Amino acid sequence: MSNRRDVWITGIGLVSSLGEGPQAHWQALSSGAGPVIDESGFAPFVVHPLAPISFDAQIPKKGDQRQMEPWQRIGTYAAGLALDSAGIKGDKDILGTTDMVVAAGGGERDQSVDGAILTDIEKQPNPEVFLNEQLLSNLRPTLFLAQLSNLLAGNISIVHGVTGSSRTFMGEESSGTDAVRIGWSRIAAGTSEIALVGGAYNAERRDMLLLFALKRLAMHAPWAPVLAEPKGVPTGSAGAFLVLESPEHATARGAKPIAKLSGVWSERARRNEPGAVEAVLEQLLKTAGAGTSEDTAVFSAASGAPEPTLAEAAVLARSGLPVRSVTDRVGHGLEAQMPVALALAALCVAEGKLFAPLAGETLEKPFDGPLSRAIVTAVGHWRGEGVALVERAD
Amino acid sequence: MASYTDKAGRPIVVVTGMGLVTSLGQGKEDNWAKLTSGTSGIHRITRFPIDAMRTTIAGTVDYLPKSKSTAPDLSEELATLAADEAISESGIGSIGSFPGPLFCAVPPIELEWPQRRILAQEAAPNAPVTYDDLLRAAEANGHDAWHERFLYGSIADHLADRFGTRGQPISLSTACASGNTSIQLGVEAIRRGDCDAALSIATDGSVTAEALIRFSLLSALSTNNDMPEAASRPFAKNRDGFIIAEGAGALVLESLEHALARGAKILGVVEGVGEMADSFHRTRSSPDAKPVIGCMRRALADAGVEAEAIDYINAHGTSTPENDRMEFTGMSAVFGERLAGIPISSNKSMIGHTLTAAGAIEAVISLMTIANGRIPPTINYELPDPAIPLDVVPNVARDATVTRVMSNSFGFGGQNVCLILTGEPA
Repeated sequence: MSNRRDVWITGIGLVSSLGEGPQAHWQALSSGAGPVIDESGFAPFVVHPLAPISFDAQIPKKGDQRQMEPWQRIGTYAAGLALDSAGIKGDKDILGTTDMVVAAGGGERDQSVDGAILTDIEKQPNPEVFLNEQLLSNLRPTLFLAQLSNLLAGNISIVHGVTGSSRTFMGEESSGTDAVRIGWSRIAAGTSEIALVGGAYNAERRDMLLLFALKRLAMHAPWAPVLAEPKGVPTGSAGAFLVLESPEHATARGAKPIAKLSGVWSERARRNEPGAVEAVLEQLLKTAGAGTSEDTAVFSAASGAPEPTLAEAAVLARSGLPVRSVTDRVGHGLEAQMPVALALAALCVAEGKLFAPLAGETLEKPFDGPLSRAIVTAVGHWRGEGVALVERAD
Repeated sequence: MASYTDKAGRPIVVVTGMGLVTSLGQGKEDNWAKLTSGTSGIHRITRFPIDAMRTTIAGTVDYLPKSKSTAPDLSEELATLAADEAISESGIGSIGSFPGPLFCAVPPIELEWPQRRILAQEAAPNAPVTYDDLLRAAEANGHDAWHERFLYGSIADHLADRFGTRGQPISLSTACASGNTSIQLGVEAIRRGDCDAALSIATDGSVTAEALIRFSLLSALSTNNDMPEAASRPFAKNRDGFIIAEGAGALVLESLEHALARGAKILGVVEGVGEMADSFHRTRSSPDAKPVIGCMRRALADAGVEAEAIDYINAHGTSTPENDRMEFTGMSAVFGERLAGIPISSNKSMIGHTLTAAGAIEAVISLMTIANGRIPPTINYELPDPAIPLDVVPNVARDATVTRVMSNSFGFGGQNVCLILTGEPA
């Protein structure tokens, strides 16, 4: 892999339960305030609800907003923030060559239609015919478009005009890692100059909780810090997009780097083999250059699912690096979690310091020194291990 | 000694194995015989009741053990069969050890009605059923296997286990352009030098009652129900929508150097890939066809050839009034007056629109077209549309020397990906 170029992060768009934008997040994190949690709205489950957001600010047409379900609105909004942050919002020439890689799930059922069908279906002489009739008369035609995974990218194209290329990756947490990795790889290899990468997740929906509940993986109240007590996934609504750019392209338009994205790596441990997650993560950390300097911290995107999170916690404890759990602060946004963690890591590297440890998260140690490198770990709740390295650009 | 790099100095990416499953049958040989004899795989739907449906026909794959199972189960089986055929033809790696990454296009996946109904019955509330009831039943009743089955990543994960591909597989969707995207990602990875080989698979076994209804509510489907085999009419005046269908395509991609070093038979070259997103509308293409034009031109530029070098176009050709008109407009701009003389056919006239899988299936058929010197027809072309005059290779296959194919795929969400495929390395 010779002849690789540097890749700069020149824009960050972030929304979560802590608010919107890097400054709101930095303030919330550095103030030492605890996470924003809803333990009653989806009882017995814990979710981190999205902070109040005026979607009009990034999605001005109500018609566009109506065509989206919340996960798409969150993502389209965060993408707009990232383009603003990079200073390319509305720049048709640049947006026309901007390559987009989006990590997405999908779904968002009409839960009242589903509930009404399930209430009556077993009383019918022909349940399957009843199902057809109900769906035909009660599904909103546009709902389908709000369910399709690639329609977050589609909406970003429509609302913000990003049209260089458009790819959507699925596959839960690993899709977030690979979306960033592919965007990074193309710029590093010189086949792309600028990319918009990221994802979005709406945690405030029971149909997504249902997927976790099938394996009893959704965190029950009371909330607990995930590395110290991994008892389930505390899902969180969030959206994060990064603008990645070659130094040449950024410099030519007078843009400054927020931080440097020095690498993204993904792997797939065979989790039925004991110790596989620990071994893979150790190797990834080594590849990312953990332990080479004193100004490095780990930002963990751990899911809170017991087995993989225990494995990650063991590796992080052995690394001796200062650790911060991103999931403790904003919850877990599945496909969006790596982009969210990267956004926070880049923010802290740009600030040059780390926020304070969280009470009860025993792996988190005080760190007062200057921060110039951040390693993000993203271990999937079911599959996929990923690591990214963010460094100071100067 | 042939050069291992293309005009742009990048590794040449070749295809050394291909696999195919459609409603016409399993395997390339069976499909090719039927495609070149103008056989349709479209039939009346028997998988679920069609009462009250506006569309009652599809190109479902009904002959496999998982044909009555969930969408991810059938999609995985289709992908497995296609990949088995491709890897076995390629002879690459060893059994269960493919020396490269997997790029796998998969359909939408979510818990389905049979599972929801079981949860609702287990919850048995004395009141209207809500998702809270389903959540309670989900935690109480040990349906652990459904969790994995309905994750987006599970199809590719299982394929990665079976075929021993390297690293974390990428599951992807660019809607109806997904198949081409799965190839594009493999081509890019090899050109970057990230790997010497890649496995690209696109699969779709997601024709459920609800999927049919969703497309029907968008008025995208044909309602020519009377004669199923005559319903898909790409580029014809009486076309009225696409036919939803199932299938899978798989391609083993390798750098030319890697393929030659192991003495592999080279089936074709992926010479160029072009992409351009459309910001016009969620389901409709820009009426001026600019993104499609840009996509085709980028593919030609990526291949380093002029439009004159294309001698056959494997069209997206869905049989919807709008797509076929827009595709014509795009091709007219790119090929000019020469367009009338270029044979263009749509495999979808016979196998329907396999959605996520279409691009990969059509890439395989395109390379078979080159290899066999025979162009599969566009069947059901009885009434030419005077607004879009084309040589669609109407109704019967045609012998022709084909050296370079353009294969188009366009999808909801403004997705456009175009491939340039050739036979022998230059």
